[in-house]
Amino acid sequence: MNAILVFEQLLNGLQFGVMLFLMAAGLTLVFGIMNLVNLAHGSLYMVGAYLTVAAVQWTGSYPLGVLLGLLGTLLVGMLVEVVALRTLYERDHLDQVLATFGLILFFNELIAMVWGRAALYTTLPSYLQGHIEIIPGSIYPVYRALVIGVGLVVGAVLWYVVAKTRLGMLIRAGASNRTMVAALGINIRLLYTIVFGFGAALAGLAGLMAGPIYAVQPGMGELILIQVFVVIVIGGIGSIRGALVGSLVVGVVDTLGRAFLKPLLGHFISPPAAEAAGPALASMLIYLLMAVVLALRPAGLFPAKSG
Amino acid sequence: MRARTLILGSCVLLLLAVPPLATLLGQLYYIDLLRRVMIFAIAAVSLNLILGYGGLVSFGHAAYLGVGGYSVGILAFYGVHNGWLQWAVAIGASALVALVIGAISVRTRGIYFIMITLAFTQMLYYLGISVEEYGGDDGMRLKVKSQFSGLIDLGDPVAFYYLVLALLLVCIYLVHRLVHSRFGLVIRAAKSNEARSRAIGFSPYPYQLAAFVIAGAMCGLAGALLANHTAYIAPAFMDWTRSGEIMFMVILGGMATAPGPALGAFALLIVEDLLAGWTQHWQVILGPLLVLCVLFFKRGLAGLLPGGGKDG
Repeated sequence: MNAILVFEQLLNGLQFGVMLFLMAAGLTLVFGIMNLVNLAHGSLYMVGAYLTVAAVQWTGSYPLGVLLGLLGTLLVGMLVEVVALRTLYERDHLDQVLATFGLILFFNELIAMVWGRAALYTTLPSYLQGHIEIIPGSIYPVYRALVIGVGLVVGAVLWYVVAKTRLGMLIRAGASNRTMVAALGINIRLLYTIVFGFGAALAGLAGLMAGPIYAVQPGMGELILIQVFVVIVIGGIGSIRGALVGSLVVGVVDTLGRAFLKPLLGHFISPPAAEAAGPALASMLIYLLMAVVLALRPAGLFPAKSG
Repeated sequence: MRARTLILGSCVLLLLAVPPLATLLGQLYYIDLLRRVMIFAIAAVSLNLILGYGGLVSFGHAAYLGVGGYSVGILAFYGVHNGWLQWAVAIGASALVALVIGAISVRTRGIYFIMITLAFTQMLYYLGISVEEYGGDDGMRLKVKSQFSGLIDLGDPVAFYYLVLALLLVCIYLVHRLVHSRFGLVIRAAKSNEARSRAIGFSPYPYQLAAFVIAGAMCGLAGALLANHTAYIAPAFMDWTRSGEIMFMVILGGMATAPGPALGAFALLIVEDLLAGWTQHWQVILGPLLVLCVLFFKRGLAGLLPGGGKDG
């Protein structure tokens, strides 16, 4: 196992972690502010991926397609909020889980009706297809490096908006006492719709960036959604900082586990046994990590301060 | 109360009458369909114990269908076809898995509990996919059904049907007795007000964990039945949408009622079957239907029965 291989897998882990973060940030914001468990967050990820594929084909331009895909997901998110989710804020978590479960079935099937069940693959423009040399002797795909960059920039912008702007102030105020914010003359319903649309756009961004790396197919959202749940449980629900740390930890652990667990096990047990146990253990690794974190810190690494 | 008993009694009579009627009309498909429905009804009844009465929103109940199913499948794979042993292992293994998952998750509340139960089930799902020995993603065939030394032949669809019906009724009765015992009172008290139940000297954790394990074991039995029903075991048993469906059966039928989960299982699976016969895109109709049910049909089917949604 050489250092360059480890370095590349670390970057892959970072790239996966960044995408988990884009999902987790939206989910945890919506949960922290509206107290809404939105299982359909994964559907927005899928919608973002599909709309972008369609828009790129339609316009023939990748940047324009990405822009349209993001805008489309934002609108779909706001529409879903206004039509279905708004009435759920006052309900208990059980109702929210079931209703958004219904939305997932709807979205997955709708996508399958329009685009079919087969996986779609996007072609990247030529300037994103190359490789760059990050450290001497290691070449890394430009596109994955770009994903990492975009994720880090979005994370920084998100921090700035929530911590430093008026909108962020309203968001934080809404999370700690919504009645008071409404009494001070803020249109809380509109605020909620904006926050939800914002979270949807983040999910859409994750989805459209996932498109060229993984397959675009119905149900793609739920695979990542459950991993995002693990992230949120590890990081602490409602905490953006927790979402960031949790995402990077889960991304790196999962990627390294898949890459190195099998050869590593081979040193301790017989190669055939490692061949069988390696992949099984690798796929369970993040869940075991979650169990350990919960045993030590039941409220996650960064419990949100306000209830 | 009498009208309620009358309606539910006639439901059971109707179920008893299905095999001869279906055989008479040459519609054997319905024996198969209703047997599958009743197996899921057992799973829903077991979930109702913790979800309906205990207020523990487990989004991972399909895990025990998988553990139960794989217990039967793996034993059969190694040539052990004794049904008593297979089913005992299925129930025991499910109880053990529920004990581990429960020990971690029952300490948490609300949304954490939902996410953790979901995540652990997903973990088992991936475990099923990655173990190539037992078929991996494709699953494995159950070549020989569980053998009960001539007592009952599961290969006979009608005999198997009546066995499932009997087990369903036993499970409903067991849960009913359980929630009306002292144990059940503690569970229900913890649901309605945990602080007060602590104040009068009951720490809910061991009781809730015990209920979690019982529910898991009962669902493991449903898993063993399901494996024999489909003669096939696959990771799809543990798919997270399966957990969602079982949960929805409980809500649709009426939480914390004895007949509710079974009614919900019948309603959901039969509507699914009808929609699927009509269009392959049935989920696009079912999804919004679920949303509407959650928004506007809070009391569930059992709430429509005379006597209301309250249990006994």
